[in-house]
Amino acid sequence: MMSLWLMFGAIALLCVSGGPALLGPRRSALGQRVATGLVVLGSALGLVGVGLALAARTPVSLAVGWFLPAGRFAVGLDPLSAVFLVPIFLVPALGSVYGLEYWPQAQHPENGRKLSFFYGLLAGAMALVVIARNGVLFLIVWEVMAMASFFAATAEDDDPAVRSAGWVYLVATHIGTLCLIAMFALWKHATGTYMFGMPSTGNWAATTQADAMPLGLAGAIFVLALIGFGCKAGLMPLHVWLPGTHANAPSHVSAVMSGVMLKMGVYGIVRMAGVLPVGPSWWGGVVLGVGAATGVLGIAMALGQGDLKRLLAYSSIENIGIILMGVGLAVLGRTYHRPEWVLLGLGGALLHVWNHGLFKSLLFLNAGSVMHAAHTRAIDRLGGLGSRMPRTAGLFLLGAVAICALPPLNGFVSEWLIYLGLLHTVAPGNSPGIPPGTAPGLPVAALGAVALAMIGALAAACFVKLLGAAFLGTPRTAAAEHAHDPRKTMLGPMIVLAAGCILLGLAPWLAAPLLERVATGWSGELVPAGTAIQALAPLTSISLAAGGLIAGTGVLLVLLYQMLKRRTVARAGTWDCGYARPTARMQYTGSSFAQFLMSLWTWALWPQIERPQVAGLFPPAPGAAEVAGKTPARIAGAGAGARFAMFLPDTILERLVLPTFRLANRLLPKLRLLQQGRIQIYVIYFLGIVLLLLLWGRIGF
Amino acid sequence: MASIVNSLLVVVLGLNLFALGSSRLNAVIRIVALQGALLGFLPLLIHQPIGLAAVVAAVAAIVLKGIVIPIMLTSALQRAQIKREVEPLIGLLPSMILGALVTGFAMMFAAYLPVAREHSDLLLVPASLATVLVGFILLTTRFKAISQVIGYLVLENGIFIFGMLLVDAMPLTVEMGVLLDLFVGIFVVCIIVNHINQAFASMDTRRLVELKE
Repeated sequence: MMSLWLMFGAIALLCVSGGPALLGPRRSALGQRVATGLVVLGSALGLVGVGLALAARTPVSLAVGWFLPAGRFAVGLDPLSAVFLVPIFLVPALGSVYGLEYWPQAQHPENGRKLSFFYGLLAGAMALVVIARNGVLFLIVWEVMAMASFFAATAEDDDPAVRSAGWVYLVATHIGTLCLIAMFALWKHATGTYMFGMPSTGNWAATTQADAMPLGLAGAIFVLALIGFGCKAGLMPLHVWLPGTHANAPSHVSAVMSGVMLKMGVYGIVRMAGVLPVGPSWWGGVVLGVGAATGVLGIAMALGQGDLKRLLAYSSIENIGIILMGVGLAVLGRTYHRPEWVLLGLGGALLHVWNHGLFKSLLFLNAGSVMHAAHTRAIDRLGGLGSRMPRTAGLFLLGAVAICALPPLNGFVSEWLIYLGLLHTVAPGNSPGIPPGTAPGLPVAALGAVALAMIGALAAACFVKLLGAAFLGTPRTAAAEHAHDPRKTMLGPMIVLAAGCILLGLAPWLAAPLLERVATGWSGELVPAGTAIQALAPLTSISLAAGGLIAGTGVLLVLLYQMLKRRTVARAGTWDCGYARPTARMQYTGSSFAQFLMSLWTWALWPQIERPQVAGLFPPAPGAAEVAGKTPARIAGAGAGARFAMFLPDTILERLVLPTFRLANRLLPKLRLLQQGRIQIYVIYFLGIVLLLLLWGRIGF
Repeated sequence: MASIVNSLLVVVLGLNLFALGSSRLNAVIRIVALQGALLGFLPLLIHQPIGLAAVVAAVAAIVLKGIVIPIMLTSALQRAQIKREVEPLIGLLPSMILGALVTGFAMMFAAYLPVAREHSDLLLVPASLATVLVGFILLTTRFKAISQVIGYLVLENGIFIFGMLLVDAMPLTVEMGVLLDLFVGIFVVCIIVNHINQAFASMDTRRLVELKE
């Protein structure tokens, strides 16, 4: 119980952390420090609570009545909740420290206090979401979380772009919440209670009523959960709110939203998949398929982005896709009674939840540092930052390597587990209760491994583009020219996150016991207690290999250094290409780098390209006369009219969602015919309804 | 006792038709006042033995609907100095015929409704339905603000009759609350009538369309 009380204390501290600052002056640095201090203190308490709960080995829970007519205040803390609580208590605290320098109240008097307040509330609400065990309580804290994130993300609400992104988010999140309300209503109908997943017994997955529900009803609940939670997680095609919101939020809010809040959607899907009875195979198939589509399309979209934070946001969509693939595999494993699918799929997915929380937060904080220094998010206006902000660049490189799932960092481990799980579906295997090696496989699921490979390749291309265009080469603008590393307050949190990436990459077995416990509980003991991931995936050899890789690289670096020490090293401008006077505009841009890959994806992405029509061998340059100097027009070719621009609007948002809303906006005013402003007509409406009700009562239609 | 109640209700139904057919606002006000006052006696007739609650409810209803509200309406009418005609949307005779039709409909419809045995020989349900429907007719076919108020009064009378089925179940406070609501509502409308008259130089509710968004 101690752990739960610590948890309540932590949540209370997080929720009120911004309160004292609200009472203080608008530019008060003290208020912000108090808020950050409370967030850090609350998070530390929460982490201790999680640690105690895990050490106790038995899930704890608490259920008391409350003042509302429906539901109860019921919370529980089991390994699954603990997995999600760790990033909740880690990332917001680091982001808050980062915010001290990134978003000081003294420089943002108009929204600094508001941001601090909703930032803390967001963290507290997320912690409550993952421990809530009653549908009513869950929906309440879910809504608090949505609203807090809305206000935190729209901190700069004087900017129309921020407001418009905020509205899209508000609408999307409420559509999701509506589905969740319907889902809990059905749950109550099926089980007779709003409670779910109470760890009162050792086997928290199953309640007798839940197991007895008809499969059709369970399927409806599952689909509603997938849509409702998918809206929050950013599954295609429900992701429409995500890029705009993440791009326009302050960077430490983006880090929390992307690194932690999206995972609340994942949590919901995993939780509901665990408490529902074992479903038919289409459940897992749909999750796996949607996950693969989300991953592939998300990273393809990311590749075409010219905005640093939009790119990272699309990459979050991709990572959610990867996580969902793991979850889908685990759900399939439950259906087919294959413990190793569950263990590898769920283990990989949950480990990726942690990993993505670490490296995506790191990358968003990094993006914040870049914006802080260069005052732009446009990748093609940066360049050459590597030599100007070496620490930021190094951390960014680390995050990029991690997110591309390259060894020796953490992204590799979780994706590797999912790969292994997907490949396990090819051949027959073991299942409890039948002779070993005779359980049928599901080779079609192995196609997921192909999708995962494609995602990995595109992610690598995407981050090479980002790193190359932003950090290498020469600066394209004066702001990028004068960029410099941030101070310790901003670097510190990033270093902690980077250390987490390295730790989980080098010692993934640290997380294994927790993942095994989750898999056992989640699958209703299908995965027997005490099964080790180690037996399926040699995590220690990953440690050895990663260590070897790092040592080898180190040795090579030392050799290189020794070799170069004895020679003279000539330095030349990047992309010099032998020209006498290269300019920064001659560099490869991000768009040109990605152009070939983008051309493969035009069928899905529909990029908008603006360029002049070029005809003939020596086309006349539009506006050539304006080119300075006496350069012949046909060689210069860079007149005022010769411009190239590529935009990649979100296909779903621009081609599907917005047109639908515009259509509704055109059609719905016709309903105003009903509103004539005459009392007599309104009374006739009443009369009509009354007569209709009378007839209904009489005839019973 | 049932015969007395039923004859009272028949008178009330007759007054409905009178209210529909009368062309002068003052006359309509008096008819509805009479209807309200007659209905005030219902609790005394239906509930034997007569308790304190029934007496209080009856006296309050009679005083309010029979005396206070008519006086308020008449004075509002005088202050606003409007023409004393009803100005209906459909003619007076068609209104009466419509009223008769809905009364017949209410009778037929009520025959199908399941009613508790002690109420089965009373006309309470059909009378209540008919009065509510007549209230609706008054509301929809009259344009002056005062006639709207009268329409609401008739509607309320219909609901009051229906409430007689539930007097045992309904505590006195609810009855009193309903009467208070009615009183306050009419009180406010009588004030508003003046303002409408000043703002639009007319009492015609059709002019309120100008307020539409």
